[in-house]
Amino acid sequence: MANDRAKLTFWLLLAPLMIWLLTLIVLPHLGMFLVSLREKVGVREYETSFANYAVFFNEPLYWNTFARTAYMSVTATALTLFIGFPIAYYIAKLTRGRTKTTLFLMCLIPFWVSELVRTFGWMILLRETGVISNVLQYLGLVGGPVEMLYNDAAIMTGLVYTSMLFMVVPLVTTLDSLDDSLIEAGYDLGASGFAILREIVIPHAMPGIVSGCIVVFMLSLGNYLTPILLGGKDSLWFTGLIYNQFITRFNWELGSAFGFLLLGLSSLIVFVGLKLSRQSLGKTMAQT
Amino acid sequence: MPNTPDLECRAISKSFDDFKAVKDVSFSVPQGTFFSILGPSGCGKTTLLRMIAGFQKPTGGDLLIKGNSVLEVPPNKRPVSMVFQHLALFPMMNIGANVGFGLRQRGVNKTDIKKQVERVLERVGLGGVADRPVSSLSGGQKQRVAIARCMVLEPDVLLLDEPLGALDLKLREHMKIELKQLQSEFNTTFVYITHDQSEALVMSDQIAVMNHGVFEQVGTAKELYYEPATAFVAGFVGEANRLRATFKSAEGGLLQMVTPEGRALGGVDAGQGLSPGETVEVFVRPEAVRLSRNAADVAQMGNTGQGRVENILFNGANSQLILRDQATGAEMNMALPQTGEFRDLERGAEIAFGWDPQQTRVYRSKGNAHGK
Amino acid sequence: MKSKLILSTVAAMMLSSVAAQADTLRLLTWGGYAPEDVIAKFEEQTGHTVEVTKSNNEEMIAKLRATNGGGFDLAQPSQDRIAGPQAEFGIYKPLDMSKIDTALFIPSMLEATKGNTTVDGEVYAVPHVWGTSGLVVNTAEAGDVKDYTDLCNDSVAGKVSYRLKRPTLIGFAYAMGLDPFAAYGDEAAYKDIIDQVEAKLVECKANVKTYWDGGDELKNLLRSGEVVAAMAWDTGGWQLNDDNADIIFVAPASGALGWIDTFVLPARGRADDAAYDWINFVMQPEIAAMITASAGNFTASKGGDANVDDALKAKYQASFPQEAIDNIKWYPSVPAGLEALEGAALDRINAAN
Ligand SMILES: Nc1ncnc2c1ncn2[C@@H]1O[C@H](COP(=O)(O)OP(=O)(O)O)[C@@H](O)[C@H]1O
Ligand SMILES: [Mg+2]
Repeated sequence: MANDRAKLTFWLLLAPLMIWLLTLIVLPHLGMFLVSLREKVGVREYETSFANYAVFFNEPLYWNTFARTAYMSVTATALTLFIGFPIAYYIAKLTRGRTKTTLFLMCLIPFWVSELVRTFGWMILLRETGVISNVLQYLGLVGGPVEMLYNDAAIMTGLVYTSMLFMVVPLVTTLDSLDDSLIEAGYDLGASGFAILREIVIPHAMPGIVSGCIVVFMLSLGNYLTPILLGGKDSLWFTGLIYNQFITRFNWELGSAFGFLLLGLSSLIVFVGLKLSRQSLGKTMAQT
Repeated sequence: MPNTPDLECRAISKSFDDFKAVKDVSFSVPQGTFFSILGPSGCGKTTLLRMIAGFQKPTGGDLLIKGNSVLEVPPNKRPVSMVFQHLALFPMMNIGANVGFGLRQRGVNKTDIKKQVERVLERVGLGGVADRPVSSLSGGQKQRVAIARCMVLEPDVLLLDEPLGALDLKLREHMKIELKQLQSEFNTTFVYITHDQSEALVMSDQIAVMNHGVFEQVGTAKELYYEPATAFVAGFVGEANRLRATFKSAEGGLLQMVTPEGRALGGVDAGQGLSPGETVEVFVRPEAVRLSRNAADVAQMGNTGQGRVENILFNGANSQLILRDQATGAEMNMALPQTGEFRDLERGAEIAFGWDPQQTRVYRSKGNAHGK
Repeated sequence: MKSKLILSTVAAMMLSSVAAQADTLRLLTWGGYAPEDVIAKFEEQTGHTVEVTKSNNEEMIAKLRATNGGGFDLAQPSQDRIAGPQAEFGIYKPLDMSKIDTALFIPSMLEATKGNTTVDGEVYAVPHVWGTSGLVVNTAEAGDVKDYTDLCNDSVAGKVSYRLKRPTLIGFAYAMGLDPFAAYGDEAAYKDIIDQVEAKLVECKANVKTYWDGGDELKNLLRSGEVVAAMAWDTGGWQLNDDNADIIFVAPASGALGWIDTFVLPARGRADDAAYDWINFVMQPEIAAMITASAGNFTASKGGDANVDDALKAKYQASFPQEAIDNIKWYPSVPAGLEALEGAALDRINAAN
């Protein structure tokens, strides 16, 4: 009797999660998958086949775009990690109390405005008639206006800026949990700062590094606005392709296939990344 | 220079803003000594130890190891090693890697590291565990790994910050003996800090009693116990009954005092040069007090009294009796010999007691001492 | 318990049907086509309420496709985007011409639009706002830009911009002496044209500062002087002219591209009567003038230009002498499927470097 009650409670509590998973994640993906299998043979005529997937592999443009997107996202992830790690270390280990909270909030500031506004901010800074170009000219460092927008470096800047918080938060959390006495013990046993970083701090922070990297990679890969606005004529990005298929080409079938390929290939990259860093997803999630 | 001490502190001090955590502490520790620093929590022990290890910079004084000042030497270059309060074993490495960590930093080659690690683990009684994770060890074993991790580097001085604090009582008793054995086996200088007097008394060759950032007394366990130099030491090391009195006169090395209730007491000056009229504190150890049902038996002891039994704490050979002195109303604590004589003693019984003025130590009272 | 449930369900259903009858007009349109003052007047006169969603051609069609023609009661895609999507997705419903006051329309424009948007004998759209796209040029810096292909001149290297959309392909094709509209019916011929244009645009890419996406972005580029010549809508050029007299709209030598935005009924629209009321209301000459003032473009309302402000008229006349008007290439209806061809070309241009 009591057992039945407990079971009922269990299922009732689980229900919202299941409904959420089913209606918002499983069903749309199922629908998208079915659409991606429809090959258009004429006006309002469709056949079931993998033709849309074949398009991706047969047209170098598409997989080149994916490769470029993945490569840029990996680079952005690595850059975010390199910039974010010292920041996170500083916040977690070298500050306390008020300063810590303030610094943490400062990482949040970019998220008080929408992504669009954030990106426009960068455009104002980087454009030919923008702030940085003018300052450089005023200081006499450059002869004429310099265009810093509309190239890969601008995309990278935008991606890193947008992703920083998602790297810093898990890193601060894991580094916070690193006992200071472990670092002191390292010094005491004769280790240099670098050896401590490599042998103690990084292994301890690994779950945070991995989860931060996964989130930043996925966010960069799925970003749409930043590459388009900051990249200008070199803005080719895989999500842009998907958007185009859905919106300007009315080609939902190919768009869905691309969507599924993005899901599959990005999962594959994450999986390979986990294998290379000898981490497991379960371990990572449990520790952060 | 065979007589150079391993460690020497000269008037070392440390202030945090306005607060002086360590004040002009000087001491030296000869090679091979087990040196303990004993004091209540918050008295500055850890601060002192961290200065020796190099994690904190003294605000004054000098620090020498084997005769050389190490003030400018960073912690990773100092020939001292530290066993941390919570051991600080690296959870991301297995036991072998933990113990070999320091050797790896020195660039010792892999096969030598393996050999040395195995040797030191055997010495602490943990041969063959090198490949196991740290988490597979019990508390006492972790303790030994932490010591092995330091000892493999053959430091001049091993610093230990309350390493037994986290262990349960039984294990702590066991580890006390083991630590002392390890120290004499390695013949390394240990500087051991603790707030637990029994740890200090059992293990140490030399003990410094620390209070409010200063050393009150440095000496062997016996010296501290039988000849405490200050009221603080007398109260902190071992058990003692404390009475308040006024110093009247001195006769033939004995001081005559009277309590506020008018009872006369005799005792010896603990070396503070008291003068008549001062308020003093009088200390007597529980085991110095003799009990008798017959007042005449203790009448010749110098300091005597009558009391009512308040409580009997039976603990075999260590049984205690708490009684209330009829003359002063003070609670007195005394050893209850298990000779059979007092087996039928009950709560509320009247009993006579007395003790020798020679075993009564008199100190200037902190509150209204002269010249302060 | 059960009866209570039924009761409340019935009550909820009644409420929702009342809401439908209250005639809320959900209008899917372009920025500027439904200004506040016009909406206020309309609501006051008819008692309907208007909800406006601003969009563009592609998004309108994508939205309607996603809902099978639901969610809106009146939409305003361009006249070339009606027959194709209707054949493909069936997202519109035929107009009941008897409910439209055709006397309000310029007859030639009405007939042209009806002709272009007839599918299976049914008319799907009537014209509303029309305009052209051509070149916006900063004459002080790029006086030699007269046609689309001039955007590839060395003299303006790094200082031009256009959209990576189908009008660019069409415009360049005409400037290169080709006739894409004539090839609409012949996919192979059309592909041949698109291939040539693609090669030209890839070659021209080095000249481009960026492909613009939104009107504000383009205006910023021209205003700051970062871009001196661009392919754009006439209104954009006229607005910029107010700030900087050097910037003008130029009808390209090979002809401006003429578009007409229309009124269509989404297949599952619920307030058709309100939609017809809106069409008849905004086509009145004085209301049409208000929309011209807000959108910057002229309308298909007969006499609608009479009340338009003189400055706009003057700019229009400066950009469009009679031979330029005669030379406007009006978009014919896009046959279903051509977009895929153009899309692939645009993707390749975007990827080129
Ligand atoms: N970093 C610090 N900043 C300020 N005060 C400190 C700091 N470290 C220790 N103290 C203070 O110094 C005193 C001595 O501390 P500590 O050496 O840890 O004592 P113990 O180890 O004897 O318990 C304490 O009152 C403590 O609050
Ligand atoms: Mg301490």
